[in-house]
Amino acid sequence: MITEIDQKLLEKIADLTGKPVGAFNIRKDSGCEARQSTEHIEITNKTDKPGIDIHIKDGTVNEVCHIPVIISKTGVTEMVYNDFFIGDNCDIEIVAGCGIHNSGCDESRHDGVHTFYIGKNSHVHYAEKHYGENDVGETGKNVMNPQTIVYLGEGSTMQMDTVQIRGIDSTKRFTKFVCEAGSEVVVTERLLTHGKQIAESEMEIELNGTDAKGRVISRSVAQDDSEQVFYPRMVGNAQCFGHVQCDSIIMGNAHIKSIPAIEALCPDAQLVHEAAIGKIAGDQLLKLETLGLTEEEAEDTILKGFLA
Amino acid sequence: MLELKNICYRVSTPEGDLDILKNVSITIPDHKLVVFTGPNGGGKTTLAKVIMGLVQPTGGRIIYNGQDVTDLTITERARLGISYGFQQPPRFKGITVNDLLQLSAGSEKLSKDRCCQYLTKVGLCANDYLDREVDVSLSGGEVKRIEIATILARHSDLMIFDEPEAGIDLWSFARLTETFEQIHREEQSTMIIISHQERIIQLADEIVVIAGGQIAHRGTTEEVFPLILADTLGGCPVLNKKEGVSE
Repeated sequence: MITEIDQKLLEKIADLTGKPVGAFNIRKDSGCEARQSTEHIEITNKTDKPGIDIHIKDGTVNEVCHIPVIISKTGVTEMVYNDFFIGDNCDIEIVAGCGIHNSGCDESRHDGVHTFYIGKNSHVHYAEKHYGENDVGETGKNVMNPQTIVYLGEGSTMQMDTVQIRGIDSTKRFTKFVCEAGSEVVVTERLLTHGKQIAESEMEIELNGTDAKGRVISRSVAQDDSEQVFYPRMVGNAQCFGHVQCDSIIMGNAHIKSIPAIEALCPDAQLVHEAAIGKIAGDQLLKLETLGLTEEEAEDTILKGFLA
Repeated sequence: MLELKNICYRVSTPEGDLDILKNVSITIPDHKLVVFTGPNGGGKTTLAKVIMGLVQPTGGRIIYNGQDVTDLTITERARLGISYGFQQPPRFKGITVNDLLQLSAGSEKLSKDRCCQYLTKVGLCANDYLDREVDVSLSGGEVKRIEIATILARHSDLMIFDEPEAGIDLWSFARLTETFEQIHREEQSTMIIISHQERIIQLADEIVVIAGGQIAHRGTTEEVFPLILADTLGGCPVLNKKEGVSE
């Protein structure tokens, strides 16, 4: 049953306010709460391990597939494998995401491996939001360790947007792309940690085919005593273009480590990386204060814009 | 009305105390356009920042519309109707031109048409700029014009502009001076403009020449402009000395 708390989580992680339109699978506390396949998108249970297979037929366009995961209990631990088989010439949106409402003092943890096999000339927009909260006064940790592995076929594009704003005590993320000729991947990562949270994000993008393109745009804010580590690697094995950009705002006693790496194994690979860590610039705060914002409002505005 | 009374600003340096502003007093009536001009390092920007609260003076009082605002924060002064256009405005990742204009307008939600009007006044087209981020992708001149547009959107009673012409091309500059002229003509706001531009100086009701942390001259354009030109001829003391030797 979907409770009011579940409904709020679904809204936070997948912008879902009612029953989703199109194909969906709602996973709640390690079980399947609701599912719907469509003519072009078929969702089935895996037979050998927990998780689902999602088959998207060739030429499926303008369809959305929601696969949110919610955990409403304390002490839940799960490891889920979701595989996406996306055909040729598709244009689809996949909305994943995980929300935990921890009701007690034990750790609740969702580990997920998403593997995408994308055919030729398809366009996939993949959004993943992570959110955690606790019952008032409860201290159970919320943990999420997502892995995303994508095999991107010739001429296909994937835009992957990940957002984790508050509430997740520990996350260890691994993202890997294998890109064939003429394919393009754009990954945007938004992350805010606070308190004593820990976040680690490792990425590996292999540009294997001629004219493959990869872009990573990572923006993060680390507040209080939180810790973040970024390790994006872009490997050029062909004539390709890759760009990695990591920007972080550091506050309080936080600790940020950013290690972008680029590796070229072909003389025609063109790879660029940029990384910057710094606090909010004083002149930015002053400017917004001259517009009538208080210092706190100015800080909030700058962070919201940065993570937008 | 703005009254500055005996404003002093002293900083400590390894070589001893340095007076950036020395006992500056000036009264600026409502709806006047006053230009602060003078040599670099003379104290113009510091004096302007003192009015906005960006610099806290070490002595003197600032009275705005009869209220002593010396101890008020920047935010409080902004809410009383003082605004400030920075000489080198900051850039913001992820904040668009539209966001900045909306923040400037405060609680009032600006329509696209209104945003367009403000941008046109500084020579920018809303269609090209509204959704752009105010980040390094914009040139210095573009950021500067957006900065001025944010001040216009605030509709404040006292507008301070620090070298608004800096980095702006001639065509946009002409548009900008028309905008200043219009605000002045329609008595919308009091303006303090730090500038070295003859075109802006000619718009002024009063010119205040600030040099060495003091007011060196003040008066109408007709009175002060010849003095500025005369001072300019002073040139470099070292060169003057050499010329003296050769004579």
